[in-house]
Amino acid sequence: MRIGVVTFPGSLDDRDAQRAVRLAGGEPVPLWHGSHDLEGVDAIVLPGGFSYGDYLRCGAIAARSPIMSEVIDAANAGLPVLGICNGFQILVEAHLLPGGLIRNDHGSFVCRDQVLRVENASTAWTNGFAEGQEITIPLKNGEGGFIASAEDLKRLEGEGLVAFRYVGVNPNGSLDDIAGLTNPRGNVVGLMPHPEHASEPGFGPDTPAAMRSGVDGLTFFTSVLAHRMAAA
Amino acid sequence: MPTIVVDVMPKAELLDPAGKAVAGALHRLGDTAFSGVRIGKRFELTVDGEVTDAVLARARELASEMLSNSVIEDVIAVSVDE
Repeated sequence: MRIGVVTFPGSLDDRDAQRAVRLAGGEPVPLWHGSHDLEGVDAIVLPGGFSYGDYLRCGAIAARSPIMSEVIDAANAGLPVLGICNGFQILVEAHLLPGGLIRNDHGSFVCRDQVLRVENASTAWTNGFAEGQEITIPLKNGEGGFIASAEDLKRLEGEGLVAFRYVGVNPNGSLDDIAGLTNPRGNVVGLMPHPEHASEPGFGPDTPAAMRSGVDGLTFFTSVLAHRMAAA
Repeated sequence: MPTIVVDVMPKAELLDPAGKAVAGALHRLGDTAFSGVRIGKRFELTVDGEVTDAVLARARELASEMLSNSVIEDVIAVSVDE
């Protein structure tokens, strides 16, 4: 299974996402923002970082880059797409997911190991989790406050489109503690925390078992591989 | 050269943490006359040639589709600055 990771000018975690794909048993395929070629990949990751220096709005310029016209078409046709942090912001700016992300309510950048509850375990990227499972994933953002109109929020909650919720602490003022969303079809998922940073023992969050042993993020990547295998 | 000016502000009902930080600084400095600060954006689009109705219409389109995000911001004004 080949999973594309798009590099935009200012992407930071593209290599980490590629590594997580490899650790999960997939073949990472680097994709370039300026190209129109998805190279026949089976799924796509839009990685974290600060594309275009967060100019205009986070993710706004990247959402209009050449490769995104193909990513949007593919996503609408059902190809799994995961947006992590800046990638989530790009998905929102590309209107693949609703709402918006604004500066954290406390005004500061936040970096912490964050507990999340998996609210929807039937998406292409979360099927390896159990509904309601609590996982720990690193979070690092300055503009991660999720907002949406009252109408959109009601629809998101009513249709089960909230994929992840912050547990214990709401780190950025997100409405309804929303950490991540899915589209109704379950192929497009976006979240602020970084699953790729919790995918290899020794480099993840601390767990009661051992320091830095947390690998909850790996399940995102094994989930999409299982999803594509089942479809094949 | 003529310029089209686009003013964009964060939605009134939204928290504006940047504005809030500046307001906090003003209060610390002893400025009590100002109860709040909101920070927005001003875009200046330089027009190569005359500002025709079509150019202005396109600027309005860009203002709402790209220069602002209607989920979090409002376009306050699109005006021509000769």
